[in-house]
Amino acid sequence: MRYDIRFSGSGGQGIITAGIILAQAAAIKAGKNAVQSQSYGPEARGGASKAEVIISDDEINYPKIVSPDIVISLTQEAYDKYAVDLKDNAVIIVDNTLVHEYKQDGHTIYKVPITSSVKELLGSAVSANIATLGVLNEICKILEHDWLLEVIVGNFPERAAESNTKAYNLGVELAKKAMG
Amino acid sequence: MAYNYEEFIRQGRLPHIWCPGCGYGIIMKSMIRAIAEMGWTKDETVIASGIGCASRLPGYLDFNTLHTTHGRSLAFATGIKLANPSLKIVALGGDGDMSAIGGNHFIHACRRNIDMTIIVFNNNIYGMTGGQYSPTTPIGAKATTAPYGMLEPDFDICKLAIAAGATFVARSTSYHALPMEKLFKEAFSHKGLSVVEIIAGCPTGYGRKNNQRTPTSMLLWQKDHAVTKQMAEKMSAEELEGKFITGVLHQDTSKKEYVENYDAITGFKEK
Amino acid sequence: MEKVRERKFLQGNDAVALGALYAGCKFYAGYPITPSTEVAERLAAWLPKNGGRFIQMEDEISAMAAVIGASLAGKKSLTATSGPGMSLKLENLGYGYMAEVPCVVLNVMRGGPSTGTPTGPGQADIMQARWGTHGDHPCIALTPSTVYEQFSQTVRAFNLAEKYRMPVIILSDEIIGHMREAIEIPNEGELEVIKRQSPTCPPEEYKPYDNSVLVPQMASFGQGYRYHVTGLNHDEYGFPTNSPKLIGLQEERLIKKVEENYDDIVQVEHFMCEDAEHIIFAFGSSARASKDAVLNLRARGIKAGLLKPLTIWPFPDREIDMYASKVKDITVVEISVGQSVREVSRAAGGKCRIKHVYRVDSEPIAPSDIEKVVEE
Repeated sequence: MRYDIRFSGSGGQGIITAGIILAQAAAIKAGKNAVQSQSYGPEARGGASKAEVIISDDEINYPKIVSPDIVISLTQEAYDKYAVDLKDNAVIIVDNTLVHEYKQDGHTIYKVPITSSVKELLGSAVSANIATLGVLNEICKILEHDWLLEVIVGNFPERAAESNTKAYNLGVELAKKAMG
Repeated sequence: MAYNYEEFIRQGRLPHIWCPGCGYGIIMKSMIRAIAEMGWTKDETVIASGIGCASRLPGYLDFNTLHTTHGRSLAFATGIKLANPSLKIVALGGDGDMSAIGGNHFIHACRRNIDMTIIVFNNNIYGMTGGQYSPTTPIGAKATTAPYGMLEPDFDICKLAIAAGATFVARSTSYHALPMEKLFKEAFSHKGLSVVEIIAGCPTGYGRKNNQRTPTSMLLWQKDHAVTKQMAEKMSAEELEGKFITGVLHQDTSKKEYVENYDAITGFKEK
Repeated sequence: MEKVRERKFLQGNDAVALGALYAGCKFYAGYPITPSTEVAERLAAWLPKNGGRFIQMEDEISAMAAVIGASLAGKKSLTATSGPGMSLKLENLGYGYMAEVPCVVLNVMRGGPSTGTPTGPGQADIMQARWGTHGDHPCIALTPSTVYEQFSQTVRAFNLAEKYRMPVIILSDEIIGHMREAIEIPNEGELEVIKRQSPTCPPEEYKPYDNSVLVPQMASFGQGYRYHVTGLNHDEYGFPTNSPKLIGLQEERLIKKVEENYDDIVQVEHFMCEDAEHIIFAFGSSARASKDAVLNLRARGIKAGLLKPLTIWPFPDREIDMYASKVKDITVVEISVGQSVREVSRAAGGKCRIKHVYRVDSEPIAPSDIEKVVEE
């Protein structure tokens, strides 16, 4: 089994952190091979940026994604730039708080109001990246939810544990709704 | 009885490369006497230098000696001190070494306040390469690269050191062998970064072009233009015109020494 | 019972910092520069807890100088940088070769020349590593291509530095430095760690630059072996000399200590090379794409193999020569218009065709780019 997952959004939305958490959970908790890489550049603050995660039972050599089978886009610009070169029957998750124009093209699209829901629940959109992980994992069933939660709690200061757990669980609920 | 320098001079390394009449031998001997008075052992003492006439000095002395690249002695010395803080370090160099190519290292060494002593041999010229102007060549003075006279304003090494945060700053001349020795001892005893500037003549590179042809005339110039800090306090601005002040110009014992502070703040433990 | 290795999910640059601690590094001096800064950030936090000290210097030149100074005072030392910083370090790197001071210099290669693309990968500092500082000099440079190799090659770099008493360069790149993957951290004692050897003779007999051996013993300042260190050509005691005989002996010994230890220093990985008709030569991040290319080509019945140098200097001439006489072609893959390809051509001596795959647009080279050229 191999996943080529591309997170995309605007610099500062925490998508690189989300990528690191997913890859770390896959590598350490699930014992899979996992590689995380990112695009830096002027877009590190604002502008479209991406984080890529490859999870596989086999050895991963080339660390970049040639054609993703899962793309998550948190902004319209990120969707336009990075929801490309997809494998057939790919999964696309868009945060419809900010992404309004998208194409079906034979892929499965999930429209999830991630940012607005996190803001409503927690008063700030800071944890939107964590909620995104909940959405992704509920839809794609990549890892045990508990493994991701353990890494999330472990990677942040203790005081963030509660709000991050809430954000993750919110993501899971939003995904369930989106899947109908 | 003449002082016995032999214990500190490396056998077979003399004669030195300095020209007849150069003041650097006087500075070297004052350094030796001060180090001996401090009771530093030869094994725990490090003399580092850059490139230039002054920087050839460490090779003559029987310590741990390091002749580095041009201007970089303070950066090498910083590494040595952080690696082994028990070593006593004197880093020396000329005016070009310390205030031109090594100027950045000089101000940052002053700012950090690492426990070591910088001795700047200031002869107002690049001697080894044959008399080019340096950042301390006075306006109007002639040099091989200033055939029409120096047009750039010069650095005051001591003011530079004080402004950059050095916690002990002193000045003397190669004429004042004994006061210089005393200043060295005070600098070596100071906990933190100490700077001692020694005004030293270069009859070959500077004197010949600037009406100070003989070594004696250079020494007499130093004698006539040096004013002690105590004397200067009683003199008017007009009287001080063209003179320079000698003695301890600045001392601040309130600033923390770098390595001690580093160890305290980071919880450093030897392993 | 063998202790199980701890599995950690690490960034490439973090692995260099951990590898340095494993090797006994006790001093780091550096200057912030993308994409190597994480090494400094980790060691700023970790060194004092491990008996070492960290300092951020005023520039790259002084960072290199401080690292040499610390090593002279007996501590294993590291600095990390990238292209523009490496250009500045070359002055004192040359001093390190001349004065024979062990230390490790990491260059996380980015795009160039000049400021180039700080966040894009590069592999075009190969010749700079070899010839950047002026004058004839020896060179050892290592090229890791996985996060684990970032760790293990750092340990090896420290070992080679101590063994041959010279600076050793690690040439990583932005992709390897910034990517994250899991590695199993070797337990203490699993990897060889060469300790600094003190002289065994009494101080009065000590020759810090003894020309009768390839690598003279090194004393640390403060140990009782007072000697002189200079960047000038020097005699066996370290004092400047103009003697043509002594200058010649010293210069040649510096070169020979690496040349005569090729087998110890040069490490190359052969992947599916045994029956290969097409060899791909690639290091660093390009080697990762090349490995996938080999697997994809093999799946299509094409006998390809990967020759991956972990040591790029000295150049793996012998291995290239061996394959050149038995394969159809060697394809060189590098993020450079052409540096290692010239060396491969030289080493192959016209015995086989040399092909070249490169990109210099700040994008990585993909496996398909390589497969196309091999299949041509």
